Amino acid sequence: MMIIKNKAIVEDDWNVLRLAGNDTPQSVVVLPGKVIVPLNVWLAQRDALQDRTDLGVWLASSDRPEALQQDIARFGVIAVDFPKFADGRGYTIAYLLRERLGYKGELRAIGDVLRDQMFYMQRVGFDAFAPRTDKDINQALKGLSDFSVTYQASNDEKLPLFRRVSRGVANG
Amino acid sequence: MYRYDQYDHRIVAERIAQFRDQVSRRLSGELKEEEFRVLRLQNGLYMQIHAYMLRIAIPYGLMNAAQMRMFAHIARKYDRDYGHFTTRQNIQFNWIRLQDAPEILNELATVEMHAIQTSGSCIRTVTSDEFAGVAQDEIVDPRPYAEILRQWSALHPEFALLPRKFKFAITGAANDRAATAVHDIGLTVVKNAQGEIGFRVLVGGGLGRTPVIGTEISDFVPWQHIITYVESIVRVYNQYGRRDNLYKARIKILVKALGIDEFRREVEADWQFTKGGPSTITVEELNRVSAYFVAPAYQDLPASDANVDAKVRDNKAFANWMQRNVKPHKVQGYASVVLSLKRAGVAPGDVTAEQMDAIARLAERYSFGELRVTHMQNLVLADVKQSDLAELWLEAKALGFATPNIGLLSDIICCPGGDFCSLANARSIPLAKAVAECFDDIDFLHDIGEIELNISGCVNACAHHHIGHIGILGVDKEGHEWYQVSIGGSQGNASSIGKIIGHSFTFGQIPEVVARLLQVYVNERYDDERFIDTVRRVGFKPFKTYVYATSIEDDKAWSGTEYELLGKGVPYDTPYYSPRF
Ligand code: SF4
Repeated sequence: MMIIKNKAIVEDDWNVLRLAGNDTPQSVVVLPGKVIVPLNVWLAQRDALQDRTDLGVWLASSDRPEALQQDIARFGVIAVDFPKFADGRGYTIAYLLRERLGYKGELRAIGDVLRDQMFYMQRVGFDAFAPRTDKDINQALKGLSDFSVTYQASNDEKLPLFRRVSRGVANG
Repeated sequence: MYRYDQYDHRIVAERIAQFRDQVSRRLSGELKEEEFRVLRLQNGLYMQIHAYMLRIAIPYGLMNAAQMRMFAHIARKYDRDYGHFTTRQNIQFNWIRLQDAPEILNELATVEMHAIQTSGSCIRTVTSDEFAGVAQDEIVDPRPYAEILRQWSALHPEFALLPRKFKFAITGAANDRAATAVHDIGLTVVKNAQGEIGFRVLVGGGLGRTPVIGTEISDFVPWQHIITYVESIVRVYNQYGRRDNLYKARIKILVKALGIDEFRREVEADWQFTKGGPSTITVEELNRVSAYFVAPAYQDLPASDANVDAKVRDNKAFANWMQRNVKPHKVQGYASVVLSLKRAGVAPGDVTAEQMDAIARLAERYSFGELRVTHMQNLVLADVKQSDLAELWLEAKALGFATPNIGLLSDIICCPGGDFCSLANARSIPLAKAVAECFDDIDFLHDIGEIELNISGCVNACAHHHIGHIGILGVDKEGHEWYQVSIGGSQGNASSIGKIIGHSFTFGQIPEVVARLLQVYVNERYDDERFIDTVRRVGFKPFKTYVYATSIEDDKAWSGTEYELLGKGVPYDTPYYSPRF
């Protein structure tokens, strides 16, 4: 599958595990290979999955990022799921993972990920995007360069505009 | 007033480019309506009953003559020659074609205006006191802070998709004229005992289905920290606000559910990470923004003007206008003048293109070229010389903006309602018109005195009916429009939520209901007591009893009332991409 990573379209071989109808976090089988598992699966099967190096974890929009406090350093990939694009919790989750939990690895937006949200996603700390597969990924890539200047501080810009640049002054 | 620098211009230009692209993807069918909806709402574009409606931000209600002329131009070129000023100090155009929206935004950008976040589940335009900077009771001018908050909230990456809309109001005066108690966050700029400036912060106020008066979360947040503080409030809300039920999604529900103490604890826990950090406002930034709000070049004038005083004695109409529409100014020899947008036969807040041009001229001639929009849907010339009042009165009268009714019964606050709004249960503009026509005797209105009548077409409460002294709410009963009446609501320092008096009424009954409420007031009042004070003193019982004592005729003559501007102009073709097609 193709994803956007560090502003480029790249081939990606991670599988995202989503629980099906009868699965429970305890019972679901995590197949070998590169898998991004739901947070609740990781928490339920932590002992069994401990030693796997090819594991990522994803958070649902209702999950708390602090649940990863202990384990954050062991993951090279963390994903945040957007169940629908109007659910904005994932933006704060990403911000907290980066700014409060110090997460430095790949942070990937999955689910209902559309071009028009990607600039904001990038600002709060996402560096990888799996846009919805019915959309043209080349078009989606453009969403990352919608703006060249922003007012607020966030994960991308540590300073708000008024500390970044010297701004205009009133001249009547 | 604030002027854009190169960065503000660039951000707005890039937002327009982004929106233009979104519109073209919708027109090509690449975006489906359900995908486009959220995008257009983030930029103030609604689909109403007849057409697209574009809501343009007038941040904290402040605008200049050039911007007013731009509205006139937009009304002529893209709409049907009129616009509607709203209770949130914005302006709406009702007959917009989707394909024109990007070009309208381009034109607006030339006068430093935009439609960013005027709708949608995001931080909306910050509203404020229409007398900011000129009011006698002002402690601190809130406008620099309002502008700083505007910039902070504009395109904030973390808060574009909140559980629900999020509204700020800010005031710096002793008397709250910004309805801070019924906003998601209400800020009052205050000075502490040491003379330092900070904010009293209310949270979780709001109207809608569950009206709530905001609760104090902090009595003093030093000004430097206000961005980080409110950012923590919104962050807590973004994480924990309900997303499963539209009617329970506002922050007020979260604050109630957690309790203010637990909510405050969450906010402070988040704030400790950012307090004092980079988003702390610098003295340089405050100075930079404040420099745009320095007082204009006032002249040294006598405290009163002999001609005005004489005219007040001789001319009753002028005296009425002076009493109702002219407000005191902090600078000697000046006054603020409210141009009434409420006159019989016109929808509250509606202004034609021709009138907009005329108002722009008045602003240039009498008030340093600036104007304010009030949340009561009127306009203000804030800096008028007292010696100009008589002349201004004549001009305003000729234009139809001198109805001496500010704060009186016919100064009705009214939402677009069933004539335009797709969410409406009932019409509100024609009802406002019927009530205004029923009570149009100016002596009677002056005798009744200060009273606020608010009419909302549905529970969304755009006309703030809960805080009207008399509040009227359109409700739907088996497909018919009915109206629920409440009394005892109030905005300002003693905010309260009105109480419903009983079962609802038909359109044609409402004028009589209002008449009966006023009758009880006239019987019960002490000398100078306002309606709301009588309600508070005698309670709501006598009003209820009298209104329901005998049956009320459904006067069909009133319910036929129509909104005259509605039929104006060429028919609007419902386009194929419209959700109503
Ligand atoms: S109160 Fe209801 S009917 Fe009136 S404008 Fe708001 S949403 Fe529309």
